[in-house]
Amino acid sequence: MSHEDVLNPKSMPHEPEKATLEGKNKFIGLWFFLGGETVLFASLFGTYLALKDSTHNGPSTHDLYELGLVFLMTILLLTSSLTSVYAMYHMKNNDYKKMQLWLAITALLGIGFLACEIYEFSHYIIGEGFTFRSSAFGSAFYALIGFHGGHVLFGLCWLMSLMVRNAKRGLNLYNAPKFNTFSLYWHFIDVVWVFIFTVVYLMGKVG
Amino acid sequence: MSTVAQKRGLGATLWEYLTTIDHKKIAHLYLIGGGLFFILGGLEAVIIRIQLIKPENDFISAGLYNEMITMHGTTMIFLAAMPIILGIMNAVLPLQIGARDVAFPFLNSLGFWLFMFGGILLNTSWFLGGAPDGGWTSYASFALTSPTHGIDFYVMGLQLAGAGTLMGGINFLATVVNMRAPGMTYMRMPLFTWASFITSVLILFAFPAFTVALFLLMFDRMFGTAFFDVALGGNTVIWQHLFWIFGHPEVYILILPIFGLFSDIFSTFSRKRLFGYTAMVFATMLIAFLGFMVWAHHMFTVGLGPVANSIFAIGTMAIAVPTGIKIFNWLATMWGGSVKINSAMLWALGFIPSFTIGGMTGVMLGSAVADFQYHDTYFVVAHFHYVIVGGTVFGIFAGLHYWWPKMFGRILHEGLGKLTFWTFFIGFHLTFFIQHFLGLMGMPRRYWVFLKGQELDVGNFISTIGAFFMSFAVIVFLINIIITARSEKAPADPWDGRTLEWAISSPPPFYNFEQLPLTRGLDPLWIEKSEGNGKMIPAEPLDDIHMPNNSILPFLMSLGFFIAGFGFIFQTDNKLWYIVLYAGMAFAFVCMFIRSFKDDTGYFVKKEDLEREGE
Amino acid sequence: MKGWMGKLKVFFLLSIVTFFLAGCGKDNLTALVPKGFGAQESMKLIILTTVVMTLVFIVVLILFIVVLLRYRRKKGQEDYIPKQVEGNKTLETVWTVIPIILVLIMAIPTVISTFVLADDSKSKDHLNIEVKGNQYWWHFKYRDEEDPTGKDKNYSIQTSQDLYIPTGEKVYLHMKSNDVIHSFWVPSISGKMDVNPENENTMYIEAYEEGVYWGKCAELCGPSHSLMDFKVIAVSPDEYDKWAKDMQDFDPKQKPEEKVAQEGKELFESKSCIACHAIGNEGSDTGPNLTDFGNRTKYAGVLDPEKDNLVKWITDPESVKPGNEMTGKYPEVSDEEAGKIAEYLMQLKPSDVSPKSASKN
Repeated sequence: MSHEDVLNPKSMPHEPEKATLEGKNKFIGLWFFLGGETVLFASLFGTYLALKDSTHNGPSTHDLYELGLVFLMTILLLTSSLTSVYAMYHMKNNDYKKMQLWLAITALLGIGFLACEIYEFSHYIIGEGFTFRSSAFGSAFYALIGFHGGHVLFGLCWLMSLMVRNAKRGLNLYNAPKFNTFSLYWHFIDVVWVFIFTVVYLMGKVG
Repeated sequence: MSTVAQKRGLGATLWEYLTTIDHKKIAHLYLIGGGLFFILGGLEAVIIRIQLIKPENDFISAGLYNEMITMHGTTMIFLAAMPIILGIMNAVLPLQIGARDVAFPFLNSLGFWLFMFGGILLNTSWFLGGAPDGGWTSYASFALTSPTHGIDFYVMGLQLAGAGTLMGGINFLATVVNMRAPGMTYMRMPLFTWASFITSVLILFAFPAFTVALFLLMFDRMFGTAFFDVALGGNTVIWQHLFWIFGHPEVYILILPIFGLFSDIFSTFSRKRLFGYTAMVFATMLIAFLGFMVWAHHMFTVGLGPVANSIFAIGTMAIAVPTGIKIFNWLATMWGGSVKINSAMLWALGFIPSFTIGGMTGVMLGSAVADFQYHDTYFVVAHFHYVIVGGTVFGIFAGLHYWWPKMFGRILHEGLGKLTFWTFFIGFHLTFFIQHFLGLMGMPRRYWVFLKGQELDVGNFISTIGAFFMSFAVIVFLINIIITARSEKAPADPWDGRTLEWAISSPPPFYNFEQLPLTRGLDPLWIEKSEGNGKMIPAEPLDDIHMPNNSILPFLMSLGFFIAGFGFIFQTDNKLWYIVLYAGMAFAFVCMFIRSFKDDTGYFVKKEDLEREGE
Repeated sequence: MKGWMGKLKVFFLLSIVTFFLAGCGKDNLTALVPKGFGAQESMKLIILTTVVMTLVFIVVLILFIVVLLRYRRKKGQEDYIPKQVEGNKTLETVWTVIPIILVLIMAIPTVISTFVLADDSKSKDHLNIEVKGNQYWWHFKYRDEEDPTGKDKNYSIQTSQDLYIPTGEKVYLHMKSNDVIHSFWVPSISGKMDVNPENENTMYIEAYEEGVYWGKCAELCGPSHSLMDFKVIAVSPDEYDKWAKDMQDFDPKQKPEEKVAQEGKELFESKSCIACHAIGNEGSDTGPNLTDFGNRTKYAGVLDPEKDNLVKWITDPESVKPGNEMTGKYPEVSDEEAGKIAEYLMQLKPSDVSPKSASKN
């Protein structure tokens, strides 16, 4: 018996991502990892909430945030979450081309989100002179949003390496779990953004 | 070529250990790494005690003393106790659930090397301008003003080591969930496995808070942010919250696996099933759960107000209930049993009164108003040494004596083992019991000198003498290891064991179980033995075994981050260090890309080879 | 068997002996002999919890010893297989419920006491003092009676290192740090509270009897953390009033009687000591206030009040308190000059009420 045969069965199972022990391990491992990530972001949210009014005579949440741009970013990221669901749907139907297509759209939306974020940051830094050294609020803001942005960037690198690496070969039981774990991770980033949108931007503008 | 391991030369052995992803060999690495740091931390402790042997002593300077206490605490907790525990978990947990390896062997190796390089990074600070001097808690405000790079080393070293530990935690969680052998249901798992599982949950949820705390401190120190800078609106209490949200569960990370380990030892050497197994499992869960709810009892004097103080006081005292359940269940396990006392069991027996004292003082500390007196004095020092030494270190020694044959294939020398225990036990109580009183008599912790004429001389002198006893014990243990290496090979089941690890040879083959065993209840091996089978019934026919490939990448990745660490630390002096920072990071990322782009599907141990081995 | 038990006995004997050897510690320093309200509240709970937990410990120890005596594997029992007991509901319930009751017994008084000690609603009717923690010294600013909240920053007295309070009266301390976190602890009078840089913590202390009480910093704050001692001097209310009046009436411009001290005063000004150290209620609080320096029980917190010590401290502060903020902040001072400054400082005794008045009876 060779390993190639195991990983490329004649007919793909319905859930190729969980057909092997390695796949199951990756699946459960990533879930646990996301549990840890939750604490990570909770700590950053806590820090942000404790420091958001410590503006040290610099700009405050009311002065800075522009909900229009943030709303656009939210749309971009939420949509990208949806497109990654489509990709996983096609993976389960063993339709590799369509999966790659939807993943590509996901990546584009992610890049769009990141571009907006870079624009937002540069606007704050250059336009408002608001950096992570300005005040404790500045530090906490960039830490939280930056951590999230870093996660998006990491996710994009991950996604693109996966797509490039597997561009020339089809779906098999070795790479299916990898696509699936990426998709889980991407949803998580999306959920974190929903909290950021509410707690940071909406409450910063309204509260 | 045979797929079964051959005898190798020194170079090949070294290469094997650098690249290994076998959980048993990683366990060896953890024990060696953790052991070296344990000796280092012990030396630091002896230096501290010598400084405090008499009033107004000038054995070491004030600055060096602060470095000593910081490095002693940090080393013992992050670089000695935890890695040794992770080592024992690595060695034993997969065997106890009948698995061939952990869920993520590659990550397992990466976790170890991150820890090791983190520890080395932290300790290079001794030679590069001075070690961290803010205490192991490194409270912001003082940690921000500390002039040397010490605290930077603390931040980078622990960030690396912490990432490694987090990987270990996730790994064990996935292993237990997915890789239990047929019939090994959750409620049939040995208590050590259960405790390790719950500990891994604690690691998973506690360490990220520390990651964030370290990140904030790092940015404040290296990049001019203002999280803790009061002048710019920062708040130093945030550090304390984040640190203790991690720090309190950390205490349980250190003790819960030890609870599990003692449960196994008491049961084995009493020849009796663990009393109240279900209650023990749920008590462990309850302790872990409450462990997340009580962090602010380290902060009673911060000024959080009476409401917060009361809630955290009650929560803290409540932990006494499940802990009490455990103590009584252990006693009940031995009650009516046939208790054999050897060196492993001696440590377990010594643990009961010692740890009970630590638990007692823990409840006393939980009383917020009483804590106004205890807080940050030698009473606290005595308390946490009673739980960490009287619990964790006793447990580590017990575990090492118990599983040494399984890990290294030799039984530790009994006589020397007993000598180690008695000198350590006496020294331990001599050192720390008196410190309860020193604290209440007005000696705060982290005091470089105590003044003449404050009636603290006798107590400190006794304490120092005790430290020498413990040092002697550790030396005896090291001699024991050397002597044991030349003794005869251990049988598969030297202690009349009850759990699966005793069903295979000592040490086990690299694939652990030729055929996965069928578990028919709690204490599976005991069941088979008492029904006259003597060995486990296989749950599958003999077949090829799929094994993962060794890899040097975890070592190289960690090396990359290690190098980048120096870049981070020294870029505040000279921007040229950014080159080192980027080079290290780039190197690590290249390794990560290689890992992603090179498929690693492992290999098979052929059925024919297994049959030949079996003959 | 015998040897094992014997060793245990020796150990327990040893620990009891050490306990008696050590005693209860130095009077007016130890928390074991409380002489103030806070310390007494803490002591009550220390005793309560110790008693309860010791009872538990004794139960555990008895069971433990019985197990060792009765169930040790004896010769000829090598093949004995004990009964494999799964558990016992009744027993397990007993050792769950009893600890819960014990916890309640300890928790309720704890909560009550926590609220009592945190109650600062009556601070307006009492003496209010601002405590400032600094790397390795303490500063005390007595708020004016008309301004108990400190809103107008009216201070009737400023002093450092020695905190004078009247006995039998609650004194409210409003504590904040000027640099890193410190912790204010006078073990015989009250438990500790942290002195944070970002917020003001309030606690009250009440000394029952007159005395000079040791105070310590209990939060690691730097190399000289262990040398950051101070004193609380509790005097009778009459003596306190006299002290307060003397301190307020003190004229810092007043010339010392002795010639050497006069020269010292000039040096104190020319060597820029005065830039940081105030004498009297006005002036800088960058360094300790020296108004009543002549009455200090210790110099620099830890040195015995002798001229040689003071000269050493002035000429080479680093050798006394490593990492202090005074080193290098003033031009070089010769031993002779330092001696003159010392003479000047040591005659600064604005009041007859001194630590001696507190330890008289």
